[in-house]
Amino acid sequence: MAKSSKKPFSVLTNGIMKENPVLKLVLGTCPSLAITTMAKNGIGMGIAATFVLLGSNIVISLIRKIVPDKVRIPVFITVIAGFTTIVDMLLHAYLPDIYKELGIYIPLIVVNCIIFARAEMFASKNSVGMSILDALGMGAGFTIALLIIGSIREILGAGTWMGIPVTKNLFDPAIIMILPPGGFLAFGFVVAAIQKFSVLNVKNKEISSGCGMNCAGCAAANNGGDN
Amino acid sequence: MKEIILIAIAAVFVENFVLSKFLGICPFLGVSKKTSTAVGMGGAIIFVITISSAVTWFIYEFLLKPNELTYLKTIVFILVIAALVQLVETVMKKFMPPLYRALGIYLPLITTNCAVLGSALLVVEREYSLLNAVVFGFSSAVGFTLALVLFSGVRERIETNDIPMAFQGLPITLVAAALVSVAFFGFQGLFGI
Repeated sequence: MAKSSKKPFSVLTNGIMKENPVLKLVLGTCPSLAITTMAKNGIGMGIAATFVLLGSNIVISLIRKIVPDKVRIPVFITVIAGFTTIVDMLLHAYLPDIYKELGIYIPLIVVNCIIFARAEMFASKNSVGMSILDALGMGAGFTIALLIIGSIREILGAGTWMGIPVTKNLFDPAIIMILPPGGFLAFGFVVAAIQKFSVLNVKNKEISSGCGMNCAGCAAANNGGDN
Repeated sequence: MKEIILIAIAAVFVENFVLSKFLGICPFLGVSKKTSTAVGMGGAIIFVITISSAVTWFIYEFLLKPNELTYLKTIVFILVIAALVQLVETVMKKFMPPLYRALGIYLPLITTNCAVLGSALLVVEREYSLLNAVVFGFSSAVGFTLALVLFSGVRERIETNDIPMAFQGLPITLVAAALVSVAFFGFQGLFGI
């Protein structure tokens, strides 16, 4: 319970900088690559995931003392799936354009490792207030990461940013950047830039060599609870 | 027959789960370090996706659709998949010990894999028949395995290379994945798909 002694402000900023879910912990890579063809989609996905994260963190933090340890995993998954369905229906009703662009990646928020990891690692151990701050911080970190990758891909691949032409007279857009290979490439270079930056500055804690450990860990924890 | 073949080819090559739809990136990056683990993971995925395609199809058509509960598909599918993975694990352990020894350790990782849920959701979205759904699930998983195994070969080569500091670990893996993805891009438009 060392975490509960943390200051509210550091809990909030933790997700944005030090433990950015996408760029540092390499969680939630599927949506980060799939829907970042446009900066706008990145923001849409980020906000949708933040909403689910906020809802699930609040509920899980509230019920953390009632739910027996053995059934916590199915309970967490059901709570997360419930909020994902709410987001799915809200987007379908009020933002049909975004809903169409994001497609099956909205229901897939339910298997986004970030949300499950925060439920397991934070919300199930901390108070509601802290969990809200954690959800907002992590959500903001996720959104910022998607926005960065989305902006790079949209500017280089389509020559626009948020739909506004920016590189009209500078260069012809390289369409490959908005195609699937460009997703891997942009993500790779962003992580490389961060790695370079953190090596030069503070000796940050080592960046894990792929999401294997985290995702596998989160999935393994998942199953371990079921048994 | 022609339709089934086209669905299969499209799912393996043109709409490859990993390289063009970005489903199941976590295991793709996580277990592709060695070819042997990549094959094991691929086998487990093929097994689970093929079964889950059929099971979720039945649940959607005969349980959710008649009762107008289709909006609950996300919740129902994820719980069904989680239960199914447990069931497959138990059955395999009891009746097929050799297969369990080969694939067992990968099964727990599959529940939270977006490829499994993604394929179930795509089947619903495209309104496939049962046969088409199973063929689609199976071939998608084969495509996933193909990408995983090919990529593990690339990664084994990367291990022995001298890589700039900033690119060590994840970034070089992603750049390599981009190149493999470019290769698969060549299948676009194959047989007019």
